Amino acid sequence: MSATIETLETRSDAPTYTRSRITALGALGEPFQWLLAGSLALGMTMIVGFLLLVLWNGASALWPKPIHLVTFADGTRIAGEPTRTEEFRVGAERLATLDEAARQRIRDLSGYAWRTLYRTGNFDFYNDDFRWAADFEVRQVEAPADLYFVERLEWGSFVGRIASVEVAGERLAIDDARAVAAHREAQRRLGAIRSLEHGAIGQVNARIERERLALRRVAITQSEASPEYAEAKVRADARIAGLRAEYQRLADEVQRLKAEDQRYRVTLVEIGGKDKTLRLSEIVRFYPANAVGWFDRLGIYLSRWGEFLVDSPREANTEGGVWPAIFGTFAMTLLMVIAVAPFGVVTALYLREYAKQGRMVAIVRISVNNLAGVPSIVYGVFGLGFFAYTLGASIDQLFFPERLPSPTFGTGGLLWSSLTLALLTVPVVIVATEEALAAVPRSMREGSLACGASKWQTIKYIVLPRALPGIMTGLILAMARGAGEVAPLMLVGVVKLAPELPIDGVFPYLHLERSFMHLGFHIYDVGFQSRNSEAGKPMVFVTTLLLIAMIAAMNATAIVIRNRLKRRFAGSQF
Amino acid sequence: MTAVVAYEPTSVHPRLGPDGANVEIRDFSLWYGQKQALFANTFDIQRGLVTALIGPSGCGKSTLLRCLNRMNDLIDGIRIEGSMRLDGAEVYGAGVDVIALRKRMGMVFQKPNPFPMSIYENVVYPLRVDGIRDRTLLDETAERALKGAALWDEAKDRLKESALGLSGGQQQRLCIARAIAADPDVLLMDEPCSALDPIATSRIEELIDELKGRYTIVIVTHNMQQAARVSDNTAFMYLGRLIEYGETEAMFTNPKLERTQSYITGRFG
Repeated sequence: MSATIETLETRSDAPTYTRSRITALGALGEPFQWLLAGSLALGMTMIVGFLLLVLWNGASALWPKPIHLVTFADGTRIAGEPTRTEEFRVGAERLATLDEAARQRIRDLSGYAWRTLYRTGNFDFYNDDFRWAADFEVRQVEAPADLYFVERLEWGSFVGRIASVEVAGERLAIDDARAVAAHREAQRRLGAIRSLEHGAIGQVNARIERERLALRRVAITQSEASPEYAEAKVRADARIAGLRAEYQRLADEVQRLKAEDQRYRVTLVEIGGKDKTLRLSEIVRFYPANAVGWFDRLGIYLSRWGEFLVDSPREANTEGGVWPAIFGTFAMTLLMVIAVAPFGVVTALYLREYAKQGRMVAIVRISVNNLAGVPSIVYGVFGLGFFAYTLGASIDQLFFPERLPSPTFGTGGLLWSSLTLALLTVPVVIVATEEALAAVPRSMREGSLACGASKWQTIKYIVLPRALPGIMTGLILAMARGAGEVAPLMLVGVVKLAPELPIDGVFPYLHLERSFMHLGFHIYDVGFQSRNSEAGKPMVFVTTLLLIAMIAAMNATAIVIRNRLKRRFAGSQF
Repeated sequence: MTAVVAYEPTSVHPRLGPDGANVEIRDFSLWYGQKQALFANTFDIQRGLVTALIGPSGCGKSTLLRCLNRMNDLIDGIRIEGSMRLDGAEVYGAGVDVIALRKRMGMVFQKPNPFPMSIYENVVYPLRVDGIRDRTLLDETAERALKGAALWDEAKDRLKESALGLSGGQQQRLCIARAIAADPDVLLMDEPCSALDPIATSRIEELIDELKGRYTIVIVTHNMQQAARVSDNTAFMYLGRLIEYGETEAMFTNPKLERTQSYITGRFG
């Protein structure tokens, strides 16, 4: 050994190597570190920017803005809320119509001019909600204190003056305290009419329909010639007659209220001089936009949020609230979790704990992972074809033959939507559960088995509780994905406007077959399918903000539950 | 299949317990897949005595211990030959109820492995598994087992607290309490002190001394002094073979074989 070393030392041409005393940048990986940090920063910026955009636009959309009275050079006048101002290139044709001074100014701005978009409302007068005003055509902009912003049940908002309020034959000015009280009274009356129409009358109608269907069922099962049918018909007719009388009583009550409602009217005059008289109850909210103080603005803002959260939509979803969509989103997500949790966990349990690990299991595992990458619309098609048209149609044949040909479960609905999304998210749950099961330390299982526990007992008492936080993580991911999914839902049960919630006071209270509204679809519908996308824009942002907040709230709840579970295992050495 | 290992003479001179053999091991061999880990071991484990298994790492002592309650069943690709009998009944016979077999043996592992439950629930876990709900029986068992494991004084006021809040030594004694709760015949200990500090170790050793006589204890240890202190008989294993099996005192003072001598004195292993 020592001989070899001597030879090396004596060879003068032996290559020598001296280690550098400075560490190279490449060895430290510094540039990579910058790359990693840079991409993280980019991602964070995009997410924070997106959230800020939604937050700002969503939070400010409902804030009451002032009303400007714009007088154009030709003497015409418009009044409206300024919504945004932008620079635009003035077209040649437009330019030709202008005078020399205006043309010079545009030339100074190298062909550009400024314009402002005013929300003028008054769709019933002008067939338009918005109006651009370029700076070169505007002569004067004022903010008169007597201009009102009036939100109506129909035709969108009104901008103009309130000429008079007619309270039971007496004419009052709008700033009269009695007029304000009358408005509140009118709204209360409208609420009573609605609750009668939707509540009591709806109940009676549902019961009449049930009697009719029950009779039809007898006709189908016993044939119309049978004595049972004749007997049932007599009974049903008697009951229906009773219900009809009840219906008549309620309808009379509604008529009386409506007649009373007619006596309270308001006359609106818009800036061009056209006027319109409508029932006081048709007005949701009114305020002198330029005269309200900061405190009143806050009140209007909060009341608009309240309306948004608890009311039904109106005016093709661009106004009113989104309560049915909130409820639909929540109910669907909850049902989805209820469906996906046991299904995913049980599958993963078998795959990880019982199935013999081999080629077959590997193939199944790869397939499950790949399922997570299938486009969601494909699940929608599957849900429609399998759940609604196959499974639902069979259910209709078996249990609801009297309602055919109108489908009960044979069309899209809450149940089929939840199951479709459960199918969509089940790979996430399976993968997360498998990982959680694999992470349970071997020592725990051995400890349990050594105590004389069977494999099933070990899973039940030791493995599953221990894996629960990990399973919860999977469910949270599934929930986040499911709640934000829209495409498949459009095929299996989400609609633009659902007249009834999936839960109400009519037996059997939970109506899984009903179609429902969803916040995600609502955004799409308001943003792209409404008559005026500009009018829907604030709604889009507010609804987006709400959807994000809702998913965040649901996830936060799940995370709190998970952390509470995790804390039980804190201090564990493994 | 495997390389031929030179024949090792075996010397057997154990202390015989008053109640005879509890476990009889005859020509017991084991393969992990293609690799043979145990080579035709033959010896008896005496009832009521403490038997220590010593030997260098990888000599098969833990494998042998885990064969006693068939914990090795969990490993895929395992194959055994020969016979192992507990109280005359074949451990690896056809139709043996493995769960019932494990209920007759308590086991303590290298690292303390309390379950993420309360101290009380940890101790009564074997009874819970048997479906026992009788409160008084559970309470008595918990107290008896914790006293048996010398943990009662420390734990009696915090039975409902999580077992994970105990110190390492206390956790290991809790595991011993759990192992003796269902009153097994045999107590298997797989290096029970290797993850503990010296003070906790000496407590466990005292405990083993106290449990001696009531249970047949088989303990795997790397610590020669520990084997010398706690055991009645010592089995020295090397490369999957039993080299020497004898009365502890005799073996540590006057081993019959040279290989035993060199391992005990620290010349190899």
